[in-house]
Amino acid sequence: MVQERTLPQFQAPAAQISPDEGLLLYEDMILGRYFEDKCAEMYYRGKMFGFVHLYNGQEAVSSGVIKALRSDDYVCSTYRDHVHALSAGVPAKNVMAELFGKETGCSRGRGGSMHLFSSEHNLLGGFAFIGEGIPVALGAAFQSRYRRDALGDASADQVTACFFGDGTSNNGQFFECLNMAALWKLPILFVVENNKWAIGMAHERATSQPEIYKKASVFGMPGVEVDGMDVMAVRAVAQEAVARARAGEGPTLIEALTYRFRGHSLADPDELRSKAEKEAWLARDPIKRFEAYLLEHNLADEGALKDVRDRIQTTIDDALTFAEDSPEPSPDDLYKYIFAED
Amino acid sequence: MAETLLFNALREAIDEEMGRDDTVFVLGEDVGVYGGSYKVTKDLYDKYGELRVLDTPIAENSFTGMAVGAAMTGLRPIIEGMNMGFLLLAFNQIANNAGMLRYTSGGNFKIPMVIRGPGGVGRQLGAEHSQRLEAYFQAVPGLKIVACSTPYNAKGLLKAAIRDDNPVLFFEHVLLYNLKEDLPNHEYVVPLDKAEIVRPGKDVTILTYSRMRHHVTQAVKGLEKKGIDPEVIDLISLKPLDFDTIGASIKKTHRVVIVEECMKTGGIGAEIIASINDRYFDELDAPVVRLSSQDIPTPYNGKLETLTIVQPKQIEAAVENMVALKV
Ligand SMILES: Cc1ncc(C[n+]2csc(CCOP(=O)(O)OP(=O)(O)O)c2C)c(N)n1
Repeated sequence: MVQERTLPQFQAPAAQISPDEGLLLYEDMILGRYFEDKCAEMYYRGKMFGFVHLYNGQEAVSSGVIKALRSDDYVCSTYRDHVHALSAGVPAKNVMAELFGKETGCSRGRGGSMHLFSSEHNLLGGFAFIGEGIPVALGAAFQSRYRRDALGDASADQVTACFFGDGTSNNGQFFECLNMAALWKLPILFVVENNKWAIGMAHERATSQPEIYKKASVFGMPGVEVDGMDVMAVRAVAQEAVARARAGEGPTLIEALTYRFRGHSLADPDELRSKAEKEAWLARDPIKRFEAYLLEHNLADEGALKDVRDRIQTTIDDALTFAEDSPEPSPDDLYKYIFAED
Repeated sequence: MAETLLFNALREAIDEEMGRDDTVFVLGEDVGVYGGSYKVTKDLYDKYGELRVLDTPIAENSFTGMAVGAAMTGLRPIIEGMNMGFLLLAFNQIANNAGMLRYTSGGNFKIPMVIRGPGGVGRQLGAEHSQRLEAYFQAVPGLKIVACSTPYNAKGLLKAAIRDDNPVLFFEHVLLYNLKEDLPNHEYVVPLDKAEIVRPGKDVTILTYSRMRHHVTQAVKGLEKKGIDPEVIDLISLKPLDFDTIGASIKKTHRVVIVEECMKTGGIGAEIIASINDRYFDELDAPVVRLSSQDIPTPYNGKLETLTIVQPKQIEAAVENMVALKV
């Protein structure tokens, strides 16, 4: 096992959060976790197909960042996109239906697990190729700035959050886009979810400088390292970056140290990661940790947390029924959506 | 004779070639410790070490260019594209450098490299992982394009590709990795530029390649029952095409049906029809029929996906129709 990085300090007591906000974050994390567990079940029961990459363990990042955004801000994801979509507000039933290939799916059954889109929720997409979402996210951020500064629309202060993994931070598009974002002071958050592995490639074996956040300095951009298993810490870092971006002060690179609890995808035998490593990270489960935080600070009691869990269980059950009962796309529509005229 | 799965046949080819020539090395994503997404390089890392089975970061364009430089200076790299679709990100290095550099350098350099990996329409992998790329690359000058289809030819062709002094784009099909066949125990190499006559016949020539060879084989069973005797040719080499074999068959049957997984527009079939018109127009008793996949991004939905690619029943019907045509 490679030496674990020392976690950055976070002053938890100083963080301000209301009980409502706390429950909202909690609900979002539970939604992500339960949704993914259901996906695994469906996949192994032969009801869901293709490449399915689950997000278990990383919930504090999605909830911490996306819940720090406004609903008119943008989110750009990867192939590990279910939970980002959920945090961005895409209803669970439409995400589930998509994974079942149904017409009612958020990409109308044409996209699948790695290609979730919702214009309504400003979800710019799940992108299956490494790093290819980064330039797309950059374009959205450019658009905000263009509307504000070239078209004089003072209300155009939307921020874009762009998610990707540690493995992806070795791809040229990462560096190319950091450069442009800094150059043009674009309102964008580059959020690296460093879960230590890129399929079977350990981060340290692929990266000459494993501390990804430091790469921001080359572009004159703030780079922040955060405990990605602590939703309060992620939220605090995200809020600061969002404020900077909205104020026209440009991009931030956030490196969240996190871990995926399952294999790379549901097809991955996950043979390389050591038991000790997995156990050490499982012990830091962001949901259990946040539960303890909420109770300790009297932001919620056991009953309220259970209510949330029960409610989300119902949401997931409903989503499954909806997905199963939904129609498949019509064969007559095979050619639909090729051109915008459709 | 030993029963071998296609992915293992490829593995044997790489292992044998690495064993006989120490300038041969493999690079790509997860080819080393992980053993390759489809296990084509399994255990080779342990056998040959980390420089000869090199795990690269996910930077397709850059590591493809690195292979070009290694090939120019005397090594024989084999790039594994985790999915051939990802190589679109390396298109610049493949087209401008691998394909054209020998020409632009006035013959100063050779580029002996193989770019291989899984491609084609799998099962509900979504559009980006289900690409039919042969059409994109066939326009690149200086590249050879080969598609294997059985464990036997996969092994022999890959060995030939590794020994070839030119850049070879070597297509494997995701749905064929688990095909089984008895392979000879002795060493053999299969030429890159020869089409394979799968089944001799006299009524009609069916030209196909990769996974569609197996759909054709299925269709032929039905056709045989109807008393039709087709000649089936697996093209193997998509660039250059083996017009000796194709032409000899047309002179025998005077009818051609092309079955391909490639997209129709600008596809391999389009190129074959144009070439047949150029060379054998007078031999034809009927216009060439082309069964290609649809010109759409491969849909995720299973039913739509099936509609996208050619099915055995369609092949059967098309061949029947053609044979029924009287001249
Ligand atoms: C261009 C490209 N190359 C290769 C792949 C195959 N692939 C899918 S995920 C992955 C690892 C990515 O790791 P990381 O960026 O750390 O993200 P994580 O999966 O850990 O969230 C690879 C190599 C791909 N999808 N796209």
